[in-house]
This record gives sequence, structure tokens and C-alpha cells, in this order.
Amino acid sequence: MTGEPLLSVEDLAVRFDTEDGVVHAVDGISYTVDRGQVLGLVGESGSGKSVSSMSLMGLTAGRRTTIEGRVMFEGRDLLTLPGSEVRAIRGGAISMIFQDPLSSLHPFYTIGRQLIEGVRAHQDGVSKKAARERAIEMLGLVGIPDPRGRVDAYPHEFSGGMRQRVMIAMALVNEPKLLIADEPTTALDVTVQAQILALIKRLNEELDMAVILITHDLGVVAEIADEVAVMYAGRIVEQAKPEALFEAPEHPYTWGLLRSIPRLDTPRDQELVPVAGRPPSLINRPSGCHFHTRCPYVREAHRRIDPPLEPVALGQEDHVVRCLLPHETRLELWRSLESGADAAAAGRAAGTEVTEIKA
Amino acid sequence: MGVLLLIISAITFLIFYALPSTDPAQLRAGRSGSPELIASIRHNLGLDKPIYVQYYRYVKGIVLHFDFGFSYQTDAPVRQQIVDRLPATISLTVGAVILWLTLAFPVGIVSAVKRRSLVDRAAMGGALLAISAPVYWLGLVALYLFSNDIGQFKIFDGAGTYVPISQNVGTWFSSLLLPWMVLAASFAAFYARLLRSSLTEVLHEDYIRTARAKGLSERTVILRHGVRAAILPLVTVLGLDIGILLGGAILTESVFNIPGIGRLAYDAIKASDYATIQGTVLFGAFFIIVANLIVDIAYAVVDPRVRY
Repeated sequence: MTGEPLLSVEDLAVRFDTEDGVVHAVDGISYTVDRGQVLGLVGESGSGKSVSSMSLMGLTAGRRTTIEGRVMFEGRDLLTLPGSEVRAIRGGAISMIFQDPLSSLHPFYTIGRQLIEGVRAHQDGVSKKAARERAIEMLGLVGIPDPRGRVDAYPHEFSGGMRQRVMIAMALVNEPKLLIADEPTTALDVTVQAQILALIKRLNEELDMAVILITHDLGVVAEIADEVAVMYAGRIVEQAKPEALFEAPEHPYTWGLLRSIPRLDTPRDQELVPVAGRPPSLINRPSGCHFHTRCPYVREAHRRIDPPLEPVALGQEDHVVRCLLPHETRLELWRSLESGADAAAAGRAAGTEVTEIKA
Repeated sequence: MGVLLLIISAITFLIFYALPSTDPAQLRAGRSGSPELIASIRHNLGLDKPIYVQYYRYVKGIVLHFDFGFSYQTDAPVRQQIVDRLPATISLTVGAVILWLTLAFPVGIVSAVKRRSLVDRAAMGGALLAISAPVYWLGLVALYLFSNDIGQFKIFDGAGTYVPISQNVGTWFSSLLLPWMVLAASFAAFYARLLRSSLTEVLHEDYIRTARAKGLSERTVILRHGVRAAILPLVTVLGLDIGILLGGAILTESVFNIPGIGRLAYDAIKASDYATIQGTVLFGAFFIIVANLIVDIAYAVVDPRVRY
């Protein structure tokens, strides 16, 4: 990639002022997305992954919301642009698809109408007829059989997978440069999931469209992402290329995520281990390392010192992690964990203290 | 529908004929009526027959001839009475509906969009007042202030009277303005609140987020996507309310002296004019049933998911 990235998020912070206190939903995250690149944002619910990407488009704006940082898209800061210009980008150069395709489509309008509306919102002077043709073309592109016959159908007349295809078609009508896919496969069953992912990947390649894929499912990310960022409590705690992240993850939270999903390359009898403990409150966040309340390898200093996001080692600038454990210890811990050891055994093997975390 | 009307007619018949109250024959004979006179009136009205015969005759008249009998009070055919009164009731209803919808929509939408703002609080506070104010009280206040004879500000021509539309469209309009406003006040308030809560809920829906993500203007998002979905609960109540009002807005018509079906029913009740009461009740029931039917049809039009 030459020149500057397509999207560059710098120190984005999103806070919601609620009756119970200020929710630090996103706490200073930075990342870049190049043209045609697929970035996976991974994390459990409440880690800020959806909020951060919706904030890019001004969809979280409200009287009680504070958004800070910079979101540079093609040389312009989306956070300071006037509303009308952000609107022109929304659904135009950047479009979004969401988790639940049924509730995300308006139940009272035909899908054709909803697609046409998107075309005409961004392309001045397009006739209804031309917009309709465009809609049909897009429905065909995303694999809806008989798009001409289906364009006047209502969302409830489609199956879940087809609805998500409709959503994707809707997102594509204006040839976006960036597609933000917020848990696009979560509400779908597994076989359909694979189809939708394949579709997103195909469109990414064919249309050279960058994708931010938000998911809690590392398996999804492994399939199509060029870069993966793991989020925890509103921050990125580890970021790397997928190969590095799956081969040698360095953040204890990433280990937790990896050990909680079934894999083909691990012994069958190896148990799946959920990440112990509960996600922290985003109102009263833990001191020091935000993960320390759930980290078996916590040390006294970790409760006080907030680790920066740093390269895991010299010469590995494209793999960054937010962890106070020494690099070598992290590698050893993961080696044991990967071969099926539990946290206590792994700690012994790596010669480090282990604290039991109550679920 | 026929069955339902039959049941309703039977119930009203039972209530008015079988339950003890003033003998209509005696009422007609007057204070000095002799027993012979009363007996002959009873015979003329068919009141000396057993109740099931009376009922059978009544239903037969309606089914075969659309004949609702004759008013005990004026001897006029009940059907004719109701038909004569219908224009006034329709005028009142249609005007009030238009008025309250044009009030309720902007208020409800603004309140939902600017929820918890000063505008919202003021609007909803006002709505609460309007809902709580009884129609007869509001009507009397309105008359006191604006009616043509006793009013303090005589700005509505013909206020406090009723002028048929066939007579003078301008005066018809101005004479009905007050009753429209009084009748519409509580409805407008109720509808505004209903729309506010419905729209508030809808605006949290995922498809509203989608509409915003498409880059539509906020105006389009709220009006075309939000309100479109939020009117569903309003359709139901609107249909029924129109049905009820066509059956006669007794309070409003009485206060403003509008010769509508409500007023007819009120006068008939005062005079124990059973045939007329029966007729107005059946008419009211008929309108409500029809309104229900129309609501069901409207539902299918508004919401494509509904199929019959």
C-alpha cells in the first residue's frame, strides 16, 4: 500500500453520560484500514467494538455522548465534518451492515424501495427506474436468486441469510470504499454464516472494498481478516496479522478467547475454557491493567500500572500488545496453554505466579 | 356482524323493556291519562304483547323493511330521525378527527424526537390537562367565552348553534369550530401521547439505525421510516374512536346543542323513548362494528406482514 491509509482512527474515545455515571465505552483506540484491507475487530459484548465503529459514522451521537479523537477518512476528519457531509459519506463511501438482518430492514417497505432510497439519497438526479435497475443488479451480485422477481418482496418474505444478503446489497449500492460489518453472521445459522463470509470476502476482493469486520467470533476473523484487533473494556489490547495472532498470541485475554472456541488442530478431549470472571464495569473501570481482575497471571504491580500498547518484541512492530508480563513469559505460558495445560500448570511451567480467578 | 347486532339489540331490548322504569304508555298519556287511554296506547304500541313477541316484531321490522319502529315521543319513524340527525354527527366527527390528527401528529413527533426537552415536557403536560378536562366542562367554558349570545368574545359566527352545511357552508364551519376544538382536545392529547410513545419505541429499532446508516436526512428517517411504523397503534384506536363518535358524541352534542345522534339519544333517554333509544344504540353498534372491520382492513394496508 502506498500513501496514506483509507481510514485512520486516532485516539477515539466515546463516553456516555448515564444516570449511573459516565460509561467509558471506547477508551482511546487507534487503528488504520488500508484500501481493500479487511480488519477484524474482536471482543466480547460490551468491549466497545460496535460503539467504536458506529461512532465513525456519527451513529452514536446524542446529547449525552462525548466523542473525542480523530477519524480521518480520505483526508477529512469525520468527527468534525458538518452533519450534511457526514450524511453524504454514510451509506456512500462508508456503509454498514448489522447483526440482525430482520430487524435492520424496515418491515413495511419492499426491499426494492429500501435499496432505491439508498441510491437516490447519494446520487442526485438518478431516475427511479435507473435506481431500481441498480437495486436489481446489486441483489443479483449478492446472490439473491431471481432478483427481478424478488425486488418487490417484503423483508419478512426472505430467509435470514437472504435478508443479510439484502442488507449487503443495500450497503453496496453506492460502491462504498469501506464496509463496516457489525456481527454480520451472528444471527445466522452456521452454514449460512459461511456463505455470507464468503460473499463479503468476494466483494472485498472484486470491488477492492475495505472491510471492518466486527465480531466476537475469532473463527470468523481467521477466515477473512488481513489484520485483527482484539478489544477489551473499550481498548485494543492486542493487534496483529491473523497468523501471528493465532500462532503466538501474547495477551492473556486473547488466550482466553482462543481457548474458549473449538479448534480442529487441538486434541478432541481438550476442554474449552471460558474466560473466567465477568467483564468489568465501564463506569468504574479497574485500576492498572483493565484485565487484571480476570487475569490468572496478575502481579501486584499490574493493579497499579496501566500498560501501554507496545510491540511484543523488538523487530515485531506489527504485533502489538497491552500487557505487563515479559515477552518470554507470555510465549511460554501460551505454549503450555496451547498444548492443553490449565492456567495453574502453565504458570508453573513458565515459572510465574498464578492467581485463581473466581468465575 | 348480523349476529353481533342481533345480540346487542336483544340486550338493549331486555334492558329497556324488561327492567322496571317509567311505563312509556303512561308517559305518553300524560299526567291525567285515564286507565283506558293508557291501555289503548299500550295496545297501539304493542306493549301488551309478551316480550318475545315484541322483540320478534321489532327484529322482523328491521330485517325485512329496515324499519326501526316509531318514536314514542314524536311518532316519527326512528330511521328517519336518525338519518336526519346523521349529517350533524358526521360533520362534528369528521371535523374533530381532522383537527385532532393535525394537532396530534406534529406534537407527538416533536415530543418523541426531542424527548425530555422543555418542548416535550410542556406538550405532554398540556396533553395531560387536555385529557383530564371533562368535555362538558371544557364545552361550557368555551361557550361562556365564545358563544354568540352569552359569550365574552364573539369571534365565531354561529357558535353555540348548529347550521347545516346545506344552508351556509361558512356559518356551518364557524358554528362547528368550538365543538370541534372541545371534542378534539382530549383526543388530540391522547393521540399525541400515543404517537410519542410509539414513535419513541420505533426510533430505537434497528431499521431506524439502518436508515441513518444509509445517509438519509434525519427528516426522512423520522417521517418516512419512523412515523410510518409508529402509526400502527393509532390506526386501531382511530378506527374505533370514529365508530364511537359516529354513534353520537352525547356530551359534546348536548353542550353545544348540535342536533346529532348523540343529542337524539340523550333526548330519547330523558323521555323514555325506547324505540328511539333502541335505534340509536343499534346504529352506534353498527358503526363500531363497521369501524372494526375497516381497522382490520387498514391494518393489512399499513403493515404488509398482515395477511387475511
